[in-house]
Amino acid sequence: MRLSFPLFPEQASTLASKVDSLYFFSLAISAFFSVLIALVIFAFFIKFRRRRAGEVGAPIHGSLMLELVWSIIPFIIAMSLFVWGAIVYFDIVTVPGNATEYFATGKQWMWKFQHPEGQREINVLHIPVGETIKLKMTSEDVIHSFYIPAFRVKQDVLPGRYTTIWFEATKPGTYHLFCAEYCGSEHSLMGGSVVVMEPDEYQAWLDDAGPVASPEEIGAALFDQYICSTCHETDDSGRGPSLHGIYGKEARLADGRTVMRDDDYLRESILRPATHIVNGYPQIMPTFQGQINEVGVLQLISYIKSLGDSETPAAAAGDEAVAASNSVGTEE
Amino acid sequence: MTDTTQAAAVSASPEKQLPKNHYLNAAHGIKSWLFTTDHKRIGLLYLGSITIFFFIGGAYASLIRLELLTPQGDLVQPDTYNRLFTMHGILMIFFFLLPSIPAVLGNFIIPLQIGAKDVAFPKLNLASWYMYVIGACFTLFALFKGGVDTGWTFYTPFSSTYSNSYVVAVAVGIFINGFSSIFTGINFIATIHRMRAPGMTWFRLPLFIWSHYATSLIMVLGTPVLAITLLLVGMERMFNFGFFDPALGGDPVLFQHLFWFYSHPAVYIMVLPSMGVVSEIIAAFSRKQVFGYKFVAFASIGIAVLGFLVWGHHMFVSSQSPYTGLIFSALSMMVAIPSAVKVFNWMATLYQGSIEYSTPMFYALGFIGLFTIGGLTGVMLGTMGLDVHVHDTYFVVAHFHYIMVGGAVFGYLGGIHYWWPKITGRLYSGFWSHLSALVIFLGFNLTFFPQFVLGYLGMPRRYHVYPEEFQVLNILSTAGASILAVGYAIPMVYFVLSLRKGEIAGPNPWGAVGLEWETTSPPPLHNFESMPVVDFEPYQYEEHEPVPKPYRYSRSEG
Repeated sequence: MRLSFPLFPEQASTLASKVDSLYFFSLAISAFFSVLIALVIFAFFIKFRRRRAGEVGAPIHGSLMLELVWSIIPFIIAMSLFVWGAIVYFDIVTVPGNATEYFATGKQWMWKFQHPEGQREINVLHIPVGETIKLKMTSEDVIHSFYIPAFRVKQDVLPGRYTTIWFEATKPGTYHLFCAEYCGSEHSLMGGSVVVMEPDEYQAWLDDAGPVASPEEIGAALFDQYICSTCHETDDSGRGPSLHGIYGKEARLADGRTVMRDDDYLRESILRPATHIVNGYPQIMPTFQGQINEVGVLQLISYIKSLGDSETPAAAAGDEAVAASNSVGTEE
Repeated sequence: MTDTTQAAAVSASPEKQLPKNHYLNAAHGIKSWLFTTDHKRIGLLYLGSITIFFFIGGAYASLIRLELLTPQGDLVQPDTYNRLFTMHGILMIFFFLLPSIPAVLGNFIIPLQIGAKDVAFPKLNLASWYMYVIGACFTLFALFKGGVDTGWTFYTPFSSTYSNSYVVAVAVGIFINGFSSIFTGINFIATIHRMRAPGMTWFRLPLFIWSHYATSLIMVLGTPVLAITLLLVGMERMFNFGFFDPALGGDPVLFQHLFWFYSHPAVYIMVLPSMGVVSEIIAAFSRKQVFGYKFVAFASIGIAVLGFLVWGHHMFVSSQSPYTGLIFSALSMMVAIPSAVKVFNWMATLYQGSIEYSTPMFYALGFIGLFTIGGLTGVMLGTMGLDVHVHDTYFVVAHFHYIMVGGAVFGYLGGIHYWWPKITGRLYSGFWSHLSALVIFLGFNLTFFPQFVLGYLGMPRRYHVYPEEFQVLNILSTAGASILAVGYAIPMVYFVLSLRKGEIAGPNPWGAVGLEWETTSPPPLHNFESMPVVDFEPYQYEEHEPVPKPYRYSRSEG
């Protein structure tokens, strides 16, 4: 047991000091009012104590002026906290455009990560210092929450949709990673650490992990494995719509709606194709729910994103990638 | 000061015995209790039932704090721990805090304060207690079978699909118990509208009544939403209806919206009645009108209304739209205003008062201090950029215990100490009640203040094992909890002793103004010997003999 303990957590991301400034400001206001109220009560308690039986208090009924004063001052303080809090919040939830995308999936009771270069980890995430990193996250079962106290970031990880969190580490070191949303028996063990490394050390770490297939490559292998190309051809001549160049563009559906083909749309269309039928195509695609796990879906989406307007996919499927996909892309 | 409160000396002289006929000796035997429609006896039935649940819930809390003495999980298994905090929350919230002041003190005091014989629907009142008991039986069944491990929040799809515990039994228990809340709320609203004595206008009502009116609105409008939500969870769990589980086509965040639509206002069901108690106590022991009566009264209504519009502040990291979050954050800040208005008005009431040092007053002042800390940390949690870091950590645990224990429980204990002489006709030990108030105050702060620090350091809630650097703060918290436990045990002893040996209180031991103090203690079966007529303002303290004559309803007659 350590006898010394910290009062404030370490600051290890670009967001940490912004959150802490807000914290110290609101802490100062809270301490000021708590102490003021306690002192005034204590002083009145002593000064106006009953001195003789039968005594009553002064006949004071109220004062509109005072009521206004102690409504308006708290209102101004509360609104300034609201505005400052909103500014910091939007810093936290707005992902910078230059962020490198990693994947995270939560599962009772572990975190699985995949680096953009393809390396996979469980419960430990290695990242380079000074780089803006965004995690695209989803859950395979219940709600989890990805929380790194030293970075002051937290985001719930939901089954059935993607959420995003971003951070830029400022200090090499090893920091706690927690699951903050209660998720069952081993909830308190569903954590691990984030290891922040100097960029060259990080590169060395990546190299140590050996040659691996990138998410796009594994996705391409999955695309072949599930024979998606039978219907989704490189142009719109197939039984299904072509997947080339569709990412981030709108599609008109058979029921007249127009939807943005983003990550959530693609995920839904792989697992539950009947939800969105693109106009002009029959509903013939089988469901892949229960056949492809969340990691596999993320890899397929990466592959689809990598498909340009041209007929040549950005990444070709190799034997190595097929082997990798057999072990991670499908349900074990 | 002697062993009894100094007020006893004031009132003891003329009458040294209990009145000949009162509600407690109006009928005898177990049936006279189980089939009573007397609001005072129903209040006591609730008092007994919720006290049992308070101590069961407290036992769970003790085990939680013992487990957290060390960073390892060495006392209980993880699954056991998850059941401990879940059952602690469910029992304390649904079976102790929600009914505490309204069902015990509200039931007993509201008709007395407005000069009524009983509540508007006495049979519905008894039915509400039976609903409570039946709901409690389902929950106790689940408890003996091994409990529930979902957290009191029942988040889906964990509760609806994944949990291997008695979710449906407890959901049914809470569903049924909800009717007890609804019945009580309907009864209070009807009683306050229709049963006021002649001359008891809306602005002559004690603030205890105003706060219960606001509470009742929430009970009647909010509770059905919780009932429906739990019904949907049960249907998904038993029949695979896809409401919340994405694997069945549902939306897990929808549950959170529905749950917090009730459960945030529910916090105000717990704390508004306490605010009413505090207004009564501060007026009585300062012998002074509550400063800014109308502002305090309308602040209760304001809190009740705004309370329904802020639920999304529980969901800033849930994937809720950031723009939705903005509106919820701004509205949450608004709730701070009526709360601050109340605190400042109570302080102003003390100014130039004639303050008596008494146990109820200690609890009321303790309430103000602790509620202030709870409220200010609540504002911090409503600040979006700050909430992201402290959401679901011990900061939240500390905050809501300052509101629910420092606020609601202190108000409840203050109220019990204030009206005990009215309920039983006897006084309790001054020394021991002062001491226990002090012990509870110190124990409470030692238990929960370190948790603010823990939370900002990043210790998540509902953790069975935790990193080593959090241990010192956890030890402080556990030490505080053991002091708190002693503090809660002392009143059990002196209250029980008071029933047999307590000094006779007389009708008005505190020299307070209010209709409830103008009838005998304990009151007769129908509360007043004749219909009271009110021609005085609330808290109208005037220089007069310290012992108001019994049965003097009207100032002009006196």
